[in-house]
Amino acid sequence: MTLLLRLTALLVLPLLAACGASPWNSPYPAADAGKNITYSSFADKPKHLDPAQSYSSNEITFTAQIYEPPLQYHYLKRPYTLIPLAAAELPRPLFLDAQGKALPAGSAPEKIAFSVYEIRIKPGMRYQPHPAFARDAQGNYLYHNLKAADLSRIYKLADFPQTGTRELVAADYVYQIKRLAHPRLNSPIFGLMSEYIVGLKAYSQTLDKAQKDLPPGGFLDLSRFPLEGAEVVDRYTYRVKLKGKYPQFLYWLAMPFFAPVPAEADRFYSQPGMAEKNITLDWYPVGSGPYMLTVNDPNRRMVLERNPNFHGENYPSEGEPGDAAAGLLRDAGKPLPFIDKAVFSLEKESIPYWNKFLQGYYDASGITSDSFDQAVRVTTQGEADVTDMMREKGIRLQTAVTATNYYYGFNMLDPVIGGFSERARKLRQAISVAIDYEEFISIFANGRGIPAQGPIPPGIFGSREGAAGINPYVYDWVDGRPKRKPVEVARKLLAEAGYPEGRDAQTGKPLLLYLDITASGPDDKARLDWIRKQFQKIDLQLVVRNTDYNRFQDKIRKGNAQIFHWGWNADYPDPENFLFLLYGPNARVGKEGENSANYDNPEFNRLFEQMKNMDNGPARQNIIDAMLRIARHDAPWIWGFHPKQYGLYHAWYQNIKPNLMANNGLKYVRVDAALRARKQREWNRPVLWPLGLLAVALAAGIVPAVAAYRRKERQAAK
Amino acid sequence: MIQYIIRRILYAIPILIGVNLITFALFFVVNTPDNMARIHLGMKHVTPEAVAKWKHERGYDKPLLWNGAAQGEKKATDTIFFEKSVGMFAFDFGRSDEGRDIAYDIRTRMWPSLAIALPVFVIGLAVNVTFAMLMAFFRATYVDLAGVVLCVAMMSISGLFYIIGGQYLVSKLLHLTPISGFDGGFNALKFIVLPVVIGVVAGIGTGARWYRTIFLEETSRDYVRTARAKGLSELSVLFGHVLKNAMIPILTGAVVVIPLLFMGSLISESFFGIPGLGSYTIDAINAQDFAIVRAMVFLGSVLYIVGLILTDISYTLVDPRIRLE
Amino acid sequence: MLLFLLLAGVAFYAWRVRRREHLLQPWRRLMRSRSGMASAVVLLAFVAVGVLDSLHFRLPLERQANNAETHYSPEVLSVFDLLAGPLRKQLEKTYSAPFAVHLFTKETIELPGGKQTRDFPRLKYGGAHLRDPVADRAADIAVTAATGALYALVLCAVMTALLVLWLARRRGVSPGAAWMLIRHGHDEIPWRTLLATIGLLILFVCLAALLSAKYHLLGTDKVGQDVFYLALKSIRTGLMIGTLTTLVMLPFALLLGIMAGYFRGWVDDVIQYTYTTLSSIPGVLLIAAAVLILQVYMDSNQEMFDTVAARADIRLLFLCIILGVTSWTGLCRLLRGEALKLREMEFIQAATAFGVGHFRIIARHILPNVMHIVLISIVLDFSGLVLAEAVLSYVGVGVDPSMQSWGNMINGARLEMAREPMVWWSLLAAFVFMFVLVLSANLFSDRVRDAFDPRVR
Repeated sequence: MTLLLRLTALLVLPLLAACGASPWNSPYPAADAGKNITYSSFADKPKHLDPAQSYSSNEITFTAQIYEPPLQYHYLKRPYTLIPLAAAELPRPLFLDAQGKALPAGSAPEKIAFSVYEIRIKPGMRYQPHPAFARDAQGNYLYHNLKAADLSRIYKLADFPQTGTRELVAADYVYQIKRLAHPRLNSPIFGLMSEYIVGLKAYSQTLDKAQKDLPPGGFLDLSRFPLEGAEVVDRYTYRVKLKGKYPQFLYWLAMPFFAPVPAEADRFYSQPGMAEKNITLDWYPVGSGPYMLTVNDPNRRMVLERNPNFHGENYPSEGEPGDAAAGLLRDAGKPLPFIDKAVFSLEKESIPYWNKFLQGYYDASGITSDSFDQAVRVTTQGEADVTDMMREKGIRLQTAVTATNYYYGFNMLDPVIGGFSERARKLRQAISVAIDYEEFISIFANGRGIPAQGPIPPGIFGSREGAAGINPYVYDWVDGRPKRKPVEVARKLLAEAGYPEGRDAQTGKPLLLYLDITASGPDDKARLDWIRKQFQKIDLQLVVRNTDYNRFQDKIRKGNAQIFHWGWNADYPDPENFLFLLYGPNARVGKEGENSANYDNPEFNRLFEQMKNMDNGPARQNIIDAMLRIARHDAPWIWGFHPKQYGLYHAWYQNIKPNLMANNGLKYVRVDAALRARKQREWNRPVLWPLGLLAVALAAGIVPAVAAYRRKERQAAK
Repeated sequence: MIQYIIRRILYAIPILIGVNLITFALFFVVNTPDNMARIHLGMKHVTPEAVAKWKHERGYDKPLLWNGAAQGEKKATDTIFFEKSVGMFAFDFGRSDEGRDIAYDIRTRMWPSLAIALPVFVIGLAVNVTFAMLMAFFRATYVDLAGVVLCVAMMSISGLFYIIGGQYLVSKLLHLTPISGFDGGFNALKFIVLPVVIGVVAGIGTGARWYRTIFLEETSRDYVRTARAKGLSELSVLFGHVLKNAMIPILTGAVVVIPLLFMGSLISESFFGIPGLGSYTIDAINAQDFAIVRAMVFLGSVLYIVGLILTDISYTLVDPRIRLE
Repeated sequence: MLLFLLLAGVAFYAWRVRRREHLLQPWRRLMRSRSGMASAVVLLAFVAVGVLDSLHFRLPLERQANNAETHYSPEVLSVFDLLAGPLRKQLEKTYSAPFAVHLFTKETIELPGGKQTRDFPRLKYGGAHLRDPVADRAADIAVTAATGALYALVLCAVMTALLVLWLARRRGVSPGAAWMLIRHGHDEIPWRTLLATIGLLILFVCLAALLSAKYHLLGTDKVGQDVFYLALKSIRTGLMIGTLTTLVMLPFALLLGIMAGYFRGWVDDVIQYTYTTLSSIPGVLLIAAAVLILQVYMDSNQEMFDTVAARADIRLLFLCIILGVTSWTGLCRLLRGEALKLREMEFIQAATAFGVGHFRIIARHILPNVMHIVLISIVLDFSGLVLAEAVLSYVGVGVDPSMQSWGNMINGARLEMAREPMVWWSLLAAFVFMFVLVLSANLFSDRVRDAFDPRVR
């Protein structure tokens, strides 16, 4: 019994020790309670924080707060508008013909051989404190010639005692553009940019050769090699030269790929022994933005802290109509950022995340389909609002349609379902009608999505509202809204395609179709069951070939898939970024492009080339309409749906407006820490009676046991 | 004795080579280096050149087992297998496919795993022995019968239910501990409590029942009868004689597990978000990080073999009659 | 297929045992134990469902006018699917609670007047026969349950009567005396327990059959499938994992274990090396790698696996094989030790001296003497394997996600637990079914050990 007592003591003591001011179940240190910190999470550890390499959304969450590319999206304005960030003003391209003579702004795209962007940055911006800049009294760099012995006591960046800073200059931007071609880095946009930036491809070969001549472990100094397409004009100005006309380039300038990287940092990190200790630019970014990464423990948490050298920026003072009423302009003109620290904790599973959000330990949350009914109710007018339970907690809901497509693609190279024969086309159309995306959205996304009418999501130039915007092969316009055609239409199309009742009219064999998918999560099984059910509606048998991600990629690349599920997340809000997914020369098979359906319609390709570099306007809209007509008729995709983003925010989390393009929103956010601390205490009172009950039950169990023992002893004594 | 240990360690080498060969074969049949490159480079805009570059940097562009193009002994050594295996034996795990130092990761992730596994082991042992003693003490009464039935019932519940149920009850309804997460130092305590309690409870069924049979076997021996005949009370017999002797098989049986405690628990670590080696392994499987999985398999095998050797040694310590040859 | 091989094997063993008194002895002991008999009955019920579910066939499609060939539907059904026909086909849209008549989630319903409202829609099948579902439901359930109980009672009475008559003939007493034997538990076989267990089973079957025809007994899952049906379908998966794995590992363990112990020398060294190497690899990693390999193979040979069920079955089979490969080492080590001991026994020494061949000795003398170890460890492993399936499914290397299994159910239920109000029925169903199977397997294995272990005798 003493053992048991000791055991309970062992269990209870740490609890008592850990409580105090903050609730027992708080996952954060008690000392942090009530501080100006925001709490959120990350699910996958970021692999690359080097701006030349990072591309996934979980990485950009961090890099966007740290690095300052020349441009950014306006936080409040819609449609998305580019405004200067590090740049002094929006750059305007200068068009040149093949001879290098300047052309007027309205010239025809065929004539334009080069476009030159001259970007002027603001003076006086400084980098975050970093050991790479640390100098001794003579002005020599302290940590640029480290020996192995110097590194023996160093395990993380913070172990370097001295730090320094320096002003950000145009050369840093040029340096980063050169880094896109660095042989040791695999920049995901190198392939694309080498098509545009003059001389970048050759530059990569030059560097490759230079790298081979270096002794192993040597530092490849990019400043020794000039790049034609990117040059420094003066201390605060640089120039980028592109082939042809490429208006989308401005959008790229708002991404961290074009952020400044100081050459000192590259030199510092490239010293032998650094990479072995994970001290690399991928791990410890060096930026000039409002925040800097101070703790990087991807197994547990990552912490962004206010950059003391931040040059300052003010909260926007204008927005959309309605923003003022929503309180989004309350802080207009005040200096950013508002929050001292942002703590990102590792959270892999959605359930613990959701429960911690409800307990007040995360400031914001998305909604999984399973927690939807708990969080959101749809009013009789069809608008979404939080439930009473959420409202009691002061939780707000904000929604936005994402620039994302989730679709099922048909491999156009497949002998059964692909190709441009009438038979295959009818079959594809039949399936497109049969798959009831309205039901899918209602079951799996709780209505958080819009069935897609084509590849371009609403809100992006080129998509049309109303009757003109529907896909006439799948939808009818009834009573002022699109209505999916009945299953009978699908059956009829199927019969016309030569598969009455799902069986080949000639041989009578039932038609088997194959779906390739990577399903692993618990929710996927239900999804698979559902999609099989849809095919059964028109008597088609669907065989699901579930593979791991690697094999799936491989199949898509080789064109062995038949039907597959895919998603696309826009890089920038331009129709080109969606329509290129159907552009023939961009096919996956043979060309390693992003057109996974391998759709290749000459007319569509021709129109695409025409549309690609046009400025937005009626002429562009007309071409896009024609392209959509072709694509809808050929039906290379079941267009799927565009998910709506639903975000829940606690009352203390303010200045929130979902912005699907900009990722650098942290600096605008404000937290009422006192309110949060109060609510956390209120919602998390420990319930102790079951523990007491357990103790009583144990005691009650002991009494008869002791009695029994006594009796036994007495018997033995007799 | 020392000679024996050295021999055992030498004997371990062919086993470890075998382990290496098996894992190597398994993972390269599944995954060509091309596949690995693609999964690590992400899904947008990947060119064949980038893949080739990735492979070259990590040494995956060499032949798998036999390099016909090389000279002399290089035929066997200039291959992926040789290069990736030799370092293991010096515990130099190299770098993961995403470029991190594996040894460093293992060193840091080992402690959270241990922080859960060690208390589960020690407290579990104590609780199980206590329960088993109780049942042995009240043998052939309803207390014993109820205990055994309870044990069997607890054994029949899948471990997943304990975790799901425990998390739901303790963290969500009662607000007693954080739902998941981890922290360093003293702060870690509040995160550890729940996984440890659940780990202990889930183990009671099997453990207590097994120890009960050991105790019962021991109580039926002659020396126990003699002790009783001397008029010693049942309690002192149980504690003074039976416990002491029964602990020998219990402890020697448990020794083999001790080194493996470092590996942590796959399931409970990922449920509770504990950054230990168990969740490290699961992540590596999901991300198909070949280097990490191989390192973990190797580490697991080494620890298992260490456990076997420790068991043998503990036998000699407990029972001087056994001599190791 | 393999399942039937196994059944044949069991039947052959039973036939052999009946003819030899010394082998029959432990089974007699087993028959006398109350918990052993009760758990055996429950296990048999599970096996029956599993076997019914394993009899696969494809329905022919009706012939089309323009060709003579008959084609078969690509969908594979089992006898059990036919028996539970309505359960399989009665799909709702999404979640509904046990015995519910409305869906669990609100939906936008269009009212006749063209207006829209958000409410819980009626289920398509669950309680569809009720006119006023709220008022009539309780009464209807009670009436149906009572009818079921009545059927069960009648069946039980008939069975008891038959048993009494049979026992009376067998023991040569009057039926009345036989009844007293049973009632007071004086016969060596615990008929009372047996009858009670079977009675409960019959009651359960009757209630389930009647009620599930009208309602969703355990609710429906996310895409509207009947959870009760899914849980029953999962039985086959659980049993297959438990039994097939045993079947796979048995030859390895038996052959290698005995060989190592009997021949010693280099044979022993090689075999010991093999199993130490295998057992030192963490099992989950080995399984994960192997399952991935299978997927590669299936992808490159798609034409061989043309139906969904065939693909799932192959994966299940493969999982069993790989589980077998990882779990044979324990038994092998035990057998090696036993063979080492037996080898020194006089009767084997004598046989060797007479020049009897090695394999004859192994087959005639050693094998029969280690059978009890094999039997005990098989029964013990069974429950562990059923539990392992759930864990593997969680890690993502378990059975095919399209296959019904308790592991997949639990895995899905993790998300459902977070709903408010909670969707508890899938988890509960998986829990109860798994618990009953594993509990009875554990109890049974306890009894088997008591009956067969020579030390206990």
